[in-house]
Amino acid sequence: MERAIRVMVAKPGLDGHDRGAKIIAYALRDAGMEVVYTGLRHSPEEIVNAAVQEDVEAVGLSILSGAHLPLTEKVMAGLAAVGRENEIAVFVGGTIPDTDVAKLKDLGVAGVFPTGTPLTAIVPAIKEAVEARRVAA
Amino acid sequence: MAKEVENERERAGSGGAQNRTGGSENGSNGARHDFAAAERKWRERVAKRGVAPAKTSSGLDLDILYTPESLRENDPLRDIGLPGEYPFTRGVQPTMHRGRVWTMRQYSGFATPRESNERYRWLLEQGQTGISVALDLPTQLGLDSDDPGAVDDVGRVGVAVDTLADMEILFENIPLDRISTSFTINSTASILLAMYLAVAERQGVPPEKITGTTQNDILKEYVSRGTWIFPPEPSLRLIVDTIEHCFKHAPRFNPISVAGAHFHDAGATVVQDLAYTLADGLTYVQRCIDRGLKVDDFAPLISFFFYTHNDFFEEIAKYRAGRRLWARLMKERFGAQDPRAQMFRFGVVCGGSTLTAQQPQNNVVRVAFQALASVLGGVQSMFTAAWDEPFAIPTEQTAEIALRTQQVLAYETGVANVPDPLGGSYYVEALTDRVEREARAIIDRIESLGGMVPCIQSGFIQKEIAVEAYRFQKKVESGEQIVVGVNRFARPEPERRLELYQSDSAAADRQRESLARVRATRDSRRVTKALEALREAARGKDNMMPMISEAVKAYASVGEICGVLRDEFGTFKEPVGL
Repeated sequence: MERAIRVMVAKPGLDGHDRGAKIIAYALRDAGMEVVYTGLRHSPEEIVNAAVQEDVEAVGLSILSGAHLPLTEKVMAGLAAVGRENEIAVFVGGTIPDTDVAKLKDLGVAGVFPTGTPLTAIVPAIKEAVEARRVAA
Repeated sequence: MAKEVENERERAGSGGAQNRTGGSENGSNGARHDFAAAERKWRERVAKRGVAPAKTSSGLDLDILYTPESLRENDPLRDIGLPGEYPFTRGVQPTMHRGRVWTMRQYSGFATPRESNERYRWLLEQGQTGISVALDLPTQLGLDSDDPGAVDDVGRVGVAVDTLADMEILFENIPLDRISTSFTINSTASILLAMYLAVAERQGVPPEKITGTTQNDILKEYVSRGTWIFPPEPSLRLIVDTIEHCFKHAPRFNPISVAGAHFHDAGATVVQDLAYTLADGLTYVQRCIDRGLKVDDFAPLISFFFYTHNDFFEEIAKYRAGRRLWARLMKERFGAQDPRAQMFRFGVVCGGSTLTAQQPQNNVVRVAFQALASVLGGVQSMFTAAWDEPFAIPTEQTAEIALRTQQVLAYETGVANVPDPLGGSYYVEALTDRVEREARAIIDRIESLGGMVPCIQSGFIQKEIAVEAYRFQKKVESGEQIVVGVNRFARPEPERRLELYQSDSAAADRQRESLARVRATRDSRRVTKALEALREAARGKDNMMPMISEAVKAYASVGEICGVLRDEFGTFKEPVGL
């Protein structure tokens, strides 16, 4: 049997709204994934370190404060610095204007889930991205 | 949780009322007997047709019809009463909105104090009657704008306030003796309160004339809003300090607004929302009593704050039940005698997590209905969210529609004319009774587990809410819970070509420059001395407000003041289990 996908749901920056992050965590767990949730207020460095330590294949960043661009940029740079940017798929969800979706993708993000994205779109997107990376590896 | 305490007798269908029609008639009440018989027949007839079950958003089963029979256990004088009188089911003031329309207070604040001051003055010119200050996350978390951990969040979800100099600019040309101000601030509330009082002093306004609110409700921050800094015990001490300080020096200012808003928006049902909020309220009251304060002195300074969501009648019942239950708890448990110490006064937000990114202009309609429910629930102050809130900070145009929604309600519809217009509705009274009973059962359960503080430290409340949020989301995705424009009447969304508020990246730099200027020009000896005095106070047991006030007046920054308190108190450890 294929091994379960390990994914981390993280709250970078100072934003304290965790309803969405927790819903996603439950949904991914119900979909058979192993889920690590960081809790609130972690710096990009802490998130990168935790992702490496926990050996996850995907990281979901939940940001509702509007700080998604700088925070994501730092997480991507952190992953690149430890040489894991191609192995760990990064997703971003939260209060994200349409105009920022392309900007996030340019940073190397595998998927963006703005407010209103259904779980039925999020779960398969994470699965596919991780499976593609497994094949590539 | 609501399900566990469900009262079987109140289950939907025809059975409940039928079973209770016998017994109470003693021959002297023929009309009532006739009605009961007629109702029984009606129910038999309707039952044959087959009635689809219905529940409130909290999962309370609904009968197909409510009649006098539904209120057999309701005593009109004891349970409903009159507006302005115990137990305040019908409102806290005798004439309610005919006497005075609710306060219209739009949550606003962004970038630097200068930009926010302009927005406040614009809102006041548009007829807004109070100010509601949104602060940025660094200010809420006790970090200065030049703190490395704050760099991406300065001025983003609210205005940055680092020192008293910022507060002076924020209220420039706004007369604090005539405008009431609400601050959504919690961990650092004592500091912001000290700043506000200092600005008033500078404007020549005596503290006893100052009106407004600091949210200052740490317990719900641990659960669902996340701007905690210190552990519960020192946080509660700071809250009692502010309450005591206001009672003695600024008695018209509400130092605490106990908030259910964030429970509800994080996923709690209406019943959980009310129960957790009152349980938090009871915790604060007990701490004040432990300090030696008299309940009739400080309890009038406590107010409440909620989100009104979509279940129209259940939200109304929440506010009516909330008033009655709080009054009863205050009287029964704490012996409150002064009516003001028994009053559940509350403000609301309409919008929040009920707003959708899909077909976003539908949010105007959602907010309008929520606003109507709030008014029918007897609200004291209201914030109606702008329809673009799911993706951005409101522009002047969207903020204006949000305010106009309240003005149309207040001045065109006539809903303000009569207090508690739904009082006496069989349905609303029965639902009010039910919500009160359910909330009381949850409060009892929390207390059997040691009270709110241990329930939060263990993550129990957080989990109850998260599970409820996930359950709701699954119902939306399965289509069981209809959301217009999302899972029903949906259409492909056009790309959003909206005029959205763009945050100004230069604002953070301007804020850091202005902080640097303050640091360079203040009397640094006075700052050091004030911070040392605060440290001493933190180690002792005395009220810390005088030391915080002195530090603020010396232009010590929020980050410097919190730095001292962090050293002395440590920080909260979040339970992160799913």
